[in-house]
Amino acid sequence: MSDDMREQIIEFIYDEYVEDDSMKIEDDTPLISSGLVDSFSMVSLKMFLEEEYSIQMTDEEASTEAFDTVKRIMALVQKKLDEQG
Amino acid sequence: MAYIDAVRKQFETAVQETLDAGLNKDERFICSEQGVEIEVEYPRGSKRMKVLNFCANNYLGLSSHPEVVKAAHQGLDERGYGMSSVRFICGTQDVHNDLEKAAAKFLGKEDSILFASCFDANAAVFEVLFDENDVLINDRLIHASLIDGIRLCSAQRDSYKNADAGHLAKKLKMWQSRARNMCVVTDGVFSMDGILAPLDEICDVCDEYGAMLLVDDSHASGFIGKTGRGVHEHFGVMDRVDIITTTLGKALGGASGGLIAGPKAVVEMMRNRGRPYLFSNAVPPPIAFAALKVIELISQTTELRDKLEWNAKYFREKMEAAGFNLVPGETPIIPVMLGDAKLANDFAREMLMEGIYVIGFSHPVVPMGKARIRTQLSAGHDKEHIDKAVAAFIKVGKQLGVIS
Repeated sequence: MSDDMREQIIEFIYDEYVEDDSMKIEDDTPLISSGLVDSFSMVSLKMFLEEEYSIQMTDEEASTEAFDTVKRIMALVQKKLDEQG
Repeated sequence: MAYIDAVRKQFETAVQETLDAGLNKDERFICSEQGVEIEVEYPRGSKRMKVLNFCANNYLGLSSHPEVVKAAHQGLDERGYGMSSVRFICGTQDVHNDLEKAAAKFLGKEDSILFASCFDANAAVFEVLFDENDVLINDRLIHASLIDGIRLCSAQRDSYKNADAGHLAKKLKMWQSRARNMCVVTDGVFSMDGILAPLDEICDVCDEYGAMLLVDDSHASGFIGKTGRGVHEHFGVMDRVDIITTTLGKALGGASGGLIAGPKAVVEMMRNRGRPYLFSNAVPPPIAFAALKVIELISQTTELRDKLEWNAKYFREKMEAAGFNLVPGETPIIPVMLGDAKLANDFAREMLMEGIYVIGFSHPVVPMGKARIRTQLSAGHDKEHIDKAVAAFIKVGKQLGVIS
């Protein structure tokens, strides 16, 4: 998994969700279970990933568990990229 | 019975966990009518204390206003206590219709429809109007009842940063080609911070992208705006907000009941398909009579909302001068920021001992580390009430090391 992907995802999360500038997002920072990303706007994250990496995710795949950390998001994106070959 | 015992244990454990975490909602018992000067028993059975109330939604001081109480008595005497029916069977009296017309006129909308509460109104509105072809885009700090209403609806969902019209514009742009109808959902006044949704900017972006706008003005109807119509009046966008939901349980008499005001077709759809409307009893006659009187009173004069505005400004100035950290704003909801949850609870308890009834709010009601005392001013407060509250804040603030 590339550092570029990590940076792009973290940048999107900052832009879309973070209102406290001092907050630091690490690979394992809980996003949804901590309330940082509210479940109503998870769809934005899904749309961003689908457009940015030209992948398609089902709603089951884009679950709150799969989106809860940057690490898990990257793993899901990588899995979808691998499936596409 | 083993199963029942297991469930009982499970529930008792949940109760204990709430107690252990210090998150139990501990109710104080008021042994007088609601108002600025109340008698409180806490804990139950202890000596009653006369305290000043600075935490009610009684913004206009109408909860026990003589004319409002008289109107409620008239309703009781002339039309009885309850309707024993939902509206569409045999629960609609002429006064319900009169109140719906008066509320619509006051809010500047075509029509309105009453509900048992604004929670019910918000639970009804989305499911009737929208489906999976549509998207609802809400402010991230909207009231719990709007969140639950959105959850009951099959529409797609998204959200935007609190009071951030720029972020909303990005969302609308993104959804424009993906949804049949877009509806933006916001509170008019955010009740924990006392700040206003920038409805002028929000209306502009809604117009640009062809989105509808729904505003819950529960913490505004009756006193925000020059003549108290609400946040849409404050920002000069009365005809640009499509749907308003609001409550009769705060400034407008404080009893109960809510309503949806908007285009006739929306109101008719609610009357025919709104589940909380169809399956809840009609608002009781005394409340309908009293609410109608409230609208009559505040349509005649702005005296009460003007006094409330002055009170809020005066309290804010005095508290800022004393060195307290307040959330900047212009509403009668004035949060005194303390940060720590325990400090907020201790502060509220000490204030009660000083004769001032306020409540501490902490996580999860407000973000972690942003615990506060939320004060709410009323037109019922006089200058000496506010002076007494400020003096108590200063005394307790020094005692607990919040100010020097």
